[in-house]
Amino acid sequence: MSETINLKLKVWRQKNTSAKGRFEIYDMPGVSTHMSFLEMMDVLNDKLIRGGQEPVAFDHDCREGICGMCSMFINGRAHGPLRGTTACQLHMRHFQDGETITIEPWRANAFPVIRDLVVDRSAFDKIIQAGGFVSVNTGNAPDANSIPVEKHKAEESFDAAACIGCGACVASCKNSSAMLFLSAKVSQLALLPQGDPERKVRVLKMVQAHDEAGFGSCTNIGACEAKCPKNISIAHIARLNKEYLRASLARD
Amino acid sequence: MIHALKMFYTTVGRKMIMALTGLFLVTFLIEHLYGNLLLYKLDGGVAFNEYSEFLVSSLFIRVVEIALFAGFLIHIIDGIYLTLYNRRARKIRYEVEHVSGLGTWFSRNMGLTGAVIFFFLVVHLKSFFVPYRIFHTDTSLAYEVASAFRSNWYAALYVVSMVILGSHLNHGFQSAFHSLGFNNIKYMKPMKTLGTLFALIMMIGFASFPIMFYFDIFGVGTDILGH
Amino acid sequence: MNTLNSKIPDGSIENKWTRYKSTVRLVNPSNKRRIEVLVIGSGLAGASAAASLAELGYNVKCFCFQDSPRRAHSIAAQGGINAAKNYSNDGDSVYRLFYDTVKGGDFRSREANVYRLAEVSANIIDQCVAQGVPFAREYGGLLDNRSFGGVQVSRTFYARGQTGQQLLLGAYSALSRQIAKGQVKMYNRHEMQELVIVDGKASGIITRNLVTGELERFSGHSVVLATGGYGNVFYLSTNAMGSNTTAIWKAYRKGAFFANPCYTQIHPTCIPVSGDYQSKLTLMSESLRNDGRVWVPKAQHDKRKPREIPDQERDYYLERKYPAYGNLVPRDVASRAAKQVCDEGRGVGPSGLAVYLDFRDAIQRLGRHVISERYGNLFEMYEKITGEDPYQTPMRIYPAVHYTMGGLWVDYNLMTTIPGLYALGECNFSDHGANRLGASALMQGLADGYFIIPYTIGAYLADDIRVQVTPTDHPAFQEAENSVRGRIDKLMNVKGSQPVEELHKKLGKILWEYCGMARNEQGLNKALAEIKLLKEEFWKEVKIPGGTNEFNPELDKAGRVADFIELGELMVLDALHRKESCGCHFREESQTAEGEAKRDDNTFSYVAAWEFKGDGSEPALNKEALEFEVVHLAQRSYK
Repeated sequence: MSETINLKLKVWRQKNTSAKGRFEIYDMPGVSTHMSFLEMMDVLNDKLIRGGQEPVAFDHDCREGICGMCSMFINGRAHGPLRGTTACQLHMRHFQDGETITIEPWRANAFPVIRDLVVDRSAFDKIIQAGGFVSVNTGNAPDANSIPVEKHKAEESFDAAACIGCGACVASCKNSSAMLFLSAKVSQLALLPQGDPERKVRVLKMVQAHDEAGFGSCTNIGACEAKCPKNISIAHIARLNKEYLRASLARD
Repeated sequence: MIHALKMFYTTVGRKMIMALTGLFLVTFLIEHLYGNLLLYKLDGGVAFNEYSEFLVSSLFIRVVEIALFAGFLIHIIDGIYLTLYNRRARKIRYEVEHVSGLGTWFSRNMGLTGAVIFFFLVVHLKSFFVPYRIFHTDTSLAYEVASAFRSNWYAALYVVSMVILGSHLNHGFQSAFHSLGFNNIKYMKPMKTLGTLFALIMMIGFASFPIMFYFDIFGVGTDILGH
Repeated sequence: MNTLNSKIPDGSIENKWTRYKSTVRLVNPSNKRRIEVLVIGSGLAGASAAASLAELGYNVKCFCFQDSPRRAHSIAAQGGINAAKNYSNDGDSVYRLFYDTVKGGDFRSREANVYRLAEVSANIIDQCVAQGVPFAREYGGLLDNRSFGGVQVSRTFYARGQTGQQLLLGAYSALSRQIAKGQVKMYNRHEMQELVIVDGKASGIITRNLVTGELERFSGHSVVLATGGYGNVFYLSTNAMGSNTTAIWKAYRKGAFFANPCYTQIHPTCIPVSGDYQSKLTLMSESLRNDGRVWVPKAQHDKRKPREIPDQERDYYLERKYPAYGNLVPRDVASRAAKQVCDEGRGVGPSGLAVYLDFRDAIQRLGRHVISERYGNLFEMYEKITGEDPYQTPMRIYPAVHYTMGGLWVDYNLMTTIPGLYALGECNFSDHGANRLGASALMQGLADGYFIIPYTIGAYLADDIRVQVTPTDHPAFQEAENSVRGRIDKLMNVKGSQPVEELHKKLGKILWEYCGMARNEQGLNKALAEIKLLKEEFWKEVKIPGGTNEFNPELDKAGRVADFIELGELMVLDALHRKESCGCHFREESQTAEGEAKRDDNTFSYVAAWEFKGDGSEPALNKEALEFEVVHLAQRSYK
């Protein structure tokens, strides 16, 4: 494989939330195939700054696929073409010489653009604040081993807890639904005895917060699962639905 | 009770309405297919006609009929509502979107297939239900069916519509269980297979009538219409 | 020279914390409602502190520069968290965890703090489990443990390779609960720019709203810094891109002493640098050294493919030099050994700055499926980044900056030398001495936030119950805001020719070269001169596009890098003055005949706490003598 490729980037530029955005096209000759996607963006920005232009703003932090900050819609897909991969872990060897890469921000009313590719995901925080916790004050906890948890349940709970809150599920969903994100937290806690006392109120409040934020409704398509960098299954959405039904039908 | 009804106000509740009404309509489909299969008895349409007369005369079925119409109505209205609601959740759309591999075609196009089925339903009711049930035509229903399917365009419309119905069911059947929480990691794959199987049975079952009558296979048409 | 009072309580080491807790002054609940605490940072230490203080009834404001508190870099910790639970029945105890940590830190940490850390470690696990953190479990439903480097017991609790993530999300959920209650007000995308001091006490902060560029004033009875480590001073590190020193650096400039800035942990198993564009380094868990064998070719500049080099032409240098510990020597030793062979010209890969970590023998011995079960996700990650399959060809690894043991000096209460200003977690210096043991960073962050600050802050706030918070129109706020605005304007007006990243890379190269894995007087002096030049260059050449009152990441970075440059200077100064080798600080002048680190306990058994004396003046060195009453000082040996 050749060590460098030439690319064209078609990038969404938008000065701030209220400004009108547009696409800009940039030539990127000689991109090393060993670079990560974000490093390629660094190189673009370096070029732009030296040329007296403003760099492309994008969210990023850990660059190892765990903080969930990076959020780019690359060539029509959240986080780019690979499965189970965040944009920061995507490397340029997966692109072809001569390709034009379109880069857009997450699109959803609940995620307004702050600038260029940066969006505001505080709606996710609000969903967690509505009930994504176990109400236990510091110092109240009983001995850790006094609460046994079936191994397979702990494992499944972990699968859900692996969510990094990046928003790729919303970005990929035809309906801009955050159901995978929401269900991951509900399911994690529903599978553990620790989550039991608050399970009813939790699911009702979190669903309410989800709707208030302006996310769409889930229609069980599964695009979220396919583009989730942590491969979280939509089976957790089924569990959320069950929890919701249970909570709604309960007497109080 | 009122407290429990509040559950339907949320996005999760709304899709449960879709699931519940959808499954209700599925039971109707099964019953409908059973009735239709009586056309294959090669008894000159007697069993089928008796069955349809029973449906018209039974008081119980009157009540069920109302529920059925309500079910359709709610399913359609809620479907339109959700489709629009979900479209509105993303005002600015993507320039480039690659959806292949991200869920099935069937699941992404429930609104479209639903609309086609609705159009079909109007035609279908106009052809059979309205004349037979409302105006009480003199000819037997079996005769109406057999003669209607001699028409090229009519038979074709039915076959195409049944393929679309199959597409709708292929996603809808298993999705309904998912929406109601009857699913988990272990059942996901079998549920999908079951959904596809069910959709195929319904599609082949219903599509068989226009095909069988159009080509008069096994003489099903001549049995009812005579020569 | 100031004498530092570490305020260690009296009594035997086992009783200090218990006695402290039962005699410390308290703030009654109705008074807590009148008290405002500002917490900067939302990682393990910050989120747990903010949540716990809010639970007690304090009014808390919490700040993070990321878009959500859940993104703090604690999230990236892989391996696990230590706790003296002795669930494994293998002889663990609070004392043993305490002892291992002091010894692992090469006898440069404060005994009383470390003992307290070991004491509360068990409560942390209880707390996290109660929050619903899905730790790994045995089939019987109870918690599983594994062992980690440098110790002889299994005391590490873990959640696959994402323990930091799960613990942080636990703390984030506790924080979210308090935000929902209105007890914590959260400020995302806000970066602390200055500390406000009124009457000698920490009384507030100035932040920059990173979305609008607006400067905002916040007033509090106390300020708690939990802003993490400063490893990014090296440009390339395993830290997140945004991790920075700005908050603690501002505190230092306002009078908080900075302790042991030169103690930097360099992790031996990271994916090597592949080009100039490289922005960060990725850690491969230490656990890989359990089954992987580290080697380089015996010949210099051997360009053959690894599989073509026969065994007799390979040098398994760790096994050769340290037969007793082999590939499992502690981090600092493994890192230095890798540097040595690369310096000899025997490094591998395109850059020559890498060594092989080979699983060939382990795969032959155990089978591919066993290796895949143990390390599957790490192998996948490696392949994702490098495009090479570690089942077929050995991994290439090289040491990288990972953690900074140095930080703001704090007393037993975790208070800095500025009254009312606290430092928790990685941004303080207190528990890890000159080297941190694996799985101890998470433990310290949560211990500080959940279990220590809630007690110790009361002792200070008890005096403040009748005092109103300083109004934000106080002249001190005005002055602080003006100085921040002045500095931002100054940065924007340089209008030079070099992007911030380029200047940051230059700083990183100087520090990595002269103040990295091995240090010597000549190199350090050279670094000092070069950093001074770089500082001038920065203020002449930095180029920041965009405006002040808008979302401008380049401006954010510029401010951070300007602080890193000043910090770099202090690090070098500290490394220069500490003429001994200890833990991660390896002075080439102080080594044994076999090339191992040699401490000088008679001269350097102290914490070096640096005091800012103004721009252009040398900082003053203050010393806190380290008294070892319980542990006996000994030279570490891994032969």
